[in-house]
Amino acid sequence: MKKKVLSVLKDNTMLIALVAVMALFQLLITTGGNGSLLSAQNITNLINQNAYVIILAVGMLLCILTGGNIDLAIGSIVCLVGAAAGILIVTLGMNIYVAIVICLLFGTLLGAWQAYWIAYIRIPAFIVTLSGMLLFRGLGNLLLNGVTISPFPANYSRLFSSYIPTVSAGAFVVSLVVGLLAIGIYLFIEISSRNKKVKKGYDCEALSSMIVRMVFISAVILWFFNKLGQYKGIPVILVWVLVIVLSYNYFTSSTVQGRHFYAMGGNEKAAILSGINTNKVLFIAYTNMGFLAAISALVVASRFNSATPSAGTGFELDAIGACFIGGASAYGGSGTIGGCVIGAILMGVLNNGMSLLGIDANWQKAVKGLVLLAAVVFDIMSKKRAAKK
Amino acid sequence: MAQYMLEMKNITKVFPGVKALDEVTLKVKEGEIHAIVGENGAGKSTLMNVLSGVYPYETYTGDIEFNGGECRFHRIKDSEAKGIVIIHQELALVPLLSIGENLFLGNERAKGITINWDETFGKADEYLKLVGLKESSRTLIKDISVGKQQLVEIAKALAKSVKVLILDEPTASLNEKDSKNLLDLLLQLKKQGMTSIIISHKLNEISYVADSITIIRDGSTVCEIEKKGEFNEDVIIKAMVGRELTNRFPQRIPNIGEIMFEVKHWFVHHPLNPERLVCDDINLDVKRGEIVGISGLMGAGRTELAMSIFGKSYGVGIQGETFILGKKVNLKSPQIAIEHKVAYVTEDRKGNGLILPQSVRDNTTLAKLSRISTGKTQRIDKDLEVQLSQEYIDSMGTKCSGQEQPVENLSGGNQQKVLIGKWLFAEPDILFLDEPTRGIDVGAKYEIYKLMNGMADEGKALIMISSELPELLGMCDRIYVMNEGKFVGEIDGKEATQEKIMSMMLKS
Repeated sequence: MKKKVLSVLKDNTMLIALVAVMALFQLLITTGGNGSLLSAQNITNLINQNAYVIILAVGMLLCILTGGNIDLAIGSIVCLVGAAAGILIVTLGMNIYVAIVICLLFGTLLGAWQAYWIAYIRIPAFIVTLSGMLLFRGLGNLLLNGVTISPFPANYSRLFSSYIPTVSAGAFVVSLVVGLLAIGIYLFIEISSRNKKVKKGYDCEALSSMIVRMVFISAVILWFFNKLGQYKGIPVILVWVLVIVLSYNYFTSSTVQGRHFYAMGGNEKAAILSGINTNKVLFIAYTNMGFLAAISALVVASRFNSATPSAGTGFELDAIGACFIGGASAYGGSGTIGGCVIGAILMGVLNNGMSLLGIDANWQKAVKGLVLLAAVVFDIMSKKRAAKK
Repeated sequence: MAQYMLEMKNITKVFPGVKALDEVTLKVKEGEIHAIVGENGAGKSTLMNVLSGVYPYETYTGDIEFNGGECRFHRIKDSEAKGIVIIHQELALVPLLSIGENLFLGNERAKGITINWDETFGKADEYLKLVGLKESSRTLIKDISVGKQQLVEIAKALAKSVKVLILDEPTASLNEKDSKNLLDLLLQLKKQGMTSIIISHKLNEISYVADSITIIRDGSTVCEIEKKGEFNEDVIIKAMVGRELTNRFPQRIPNIGEIMFEVKHWFVHHPLNPERLVCDDINLDVKRGEIVGISGLMGAGRTELAMSIFGKSYGVGIQGETFILGKKVNLKSPQIAIEHKVAYVTEDRKGNGLILPQSVRDNTTLAKLSRISTGKTQRIDKDLEVQLSQEYIDSMGTKCSGQEQPVENLSGGNQQKVLIGKWLFAEPDILFLDEPTRGIDVGAKYEIYKLMNGMADEGKALIMISSELPELLGMCDRIYVMNEGKFVGEIDGKEATQEKIMSMMLKS
């Protein structure tokens, strides 16, 4: 029993670290009279502020999985695609859905441009994306002619930065219903997968530990939607983020193509000899990164209601940091979508918590830098200790 | 009785699980060329690494005496200070630096921290003249041929005022003319009083230069032969291979069917040096239920042959045809090879075979994920994956704490079982097994042999590459002998003896 608890703790170290950091901030913030980290409004803020990091971190994880490769250009892609969106929607007044499709294709194309050089010509990703970082930023600023384009029409903003329901009157009831629905779906998936295992005679986990987990997770979901309901309701962006996170989690953990990413990062030579086309894997990783950067660009344009020359600055570093804090290996081959989401939230909580405490922005940077190093050091040290055993 | 310049006495060196050297003795006289001969893995290179301090004092037992004094080398610098210099098979030159810079690497002509370039290149030119290399010392290493690089290595040794020069298979990657040049240089240096130790497989070269031979087999010294007129090659071969063939192999009654796989006129060129032929007009066939062996010394091109056939995963300019059950196929990538039920179990399980940090389960299913996936999204059925990989763990007899255990924590023998299991999971009909028992203990070897016999009994066609002759003799129905990229002989398993195979290899 003790062993089991320990192994559960060990498997969820980053989650526990996140909870600890949140608890610490909550304590500091409430005792200092600076409001509350866990207030309904602040939780909604956290979601709105960090949606783009999570979306980018998911794509970055795929790049990192292939062998520790990173994409430095995504901040600039956000700027360039945002500029395109601004021109199409605001300046030219194009139908927003057509414009969105064009922007997504455009981002994917930019990704494919980099992916081609990286995957088929095998130019180091660092160099190709450094070039992309300069190239796309330059083109973006040329498109914008150095000025900000705004405002976006209301029907565009509604797609990414409104709330469900649109009127705040029924917010609490709707949130609670959605929360209960989510719990229902979650329980159904857990139970049916267990039933399937029992029916086919496979091993499955003990009923008691499964029930403990289901009760715990259900409670967290309920608490979360209750909080959302107390403010404006469910942010639309949360729906987008959830769709992306869940689909990519499915892709990496449950599909053949996803498994190829882990194999390539673990040992590329062995992967090739196992019949895996590693060029294709790399190509998919970087093309997809362009696609997700485009989504991120649309989200950011909506959130700030403008397309600006400086949009996306430093985003690549947030995404890379989130992946590594979330336990992805710097050499590739290991890391999960869940991990990088936790990493992104941890970074978001650090930002948000320190802002609430009124800590200087430069100190915030310094702290984040140290946290990134600490997370990776911790990861590598614990692996070394495991290897010694 | 002449005085010995160098004596290594009772050297024993143990690696985890393997005794690489067992009470080896080596005696070298001043001013002679002494050859060390032995099969792959006999312990020649290990012995030279002990001598040169690559394996420091106290990691082995035994004594080294040099010029009458006892030596305890803790690092390579110590042995070089005494004038013992080793030139490894893989040359240790930096390709993007000039000949002169390489000559004095770690031994720079400098005053304080400033390198004296005039002296560097001036002196370098003198040494180059000494070894008969007509190149400027400012030429970059990458721009000269391997043969010339070998001469640079010797010049580099001379620059360290060498007394005993050790060469580990110096002619392995040289053509005939360059080899002759190099050997003549050794003879010339000998006249000037240099002592050399040469490790080589090539008996004709040894006859040409050596004054005496030490033969090593399975980590022990077998005998020493002095040159009196000519060496008797048959005596040397017998001493190299003369092992007792005990009953180390499981019995099998072969049930051989039609020709399953055939390779015709197969040519492969070296990927970095496209002019060099690695496989030269190879013709090979293997029948249903048959185990065919490929025998050859290191560098004969066996692995290169297998990998080039398996989805062209080695080499450039590959020509030739492959047939499965009489039908011509083009196995142009590993994917396609696997689809045609061909598998290649690599000799390098850590580098090319397994994904070490990942679990036994992930490794087992990797080569054929289509067996456990369904639908358009190719969803992996994880329950099925667990069940199937357990079947393979059980049938291979892999000892692991569970499917989740990372393969890097398994012993060599169990890793090998995971590797073979991975390829059996791909359900092949034709299997290349490259050194399937390398680096694993005797018990695990026997289990691998049993697995191989089982596969043959199921009607699969097996091609086994091995450096251990007894293993090939014990397992194979037929053996091809390969040397320098060519098949130089084919011999029935029942008629084959170690002496016959070894003389085919060495006398071709």
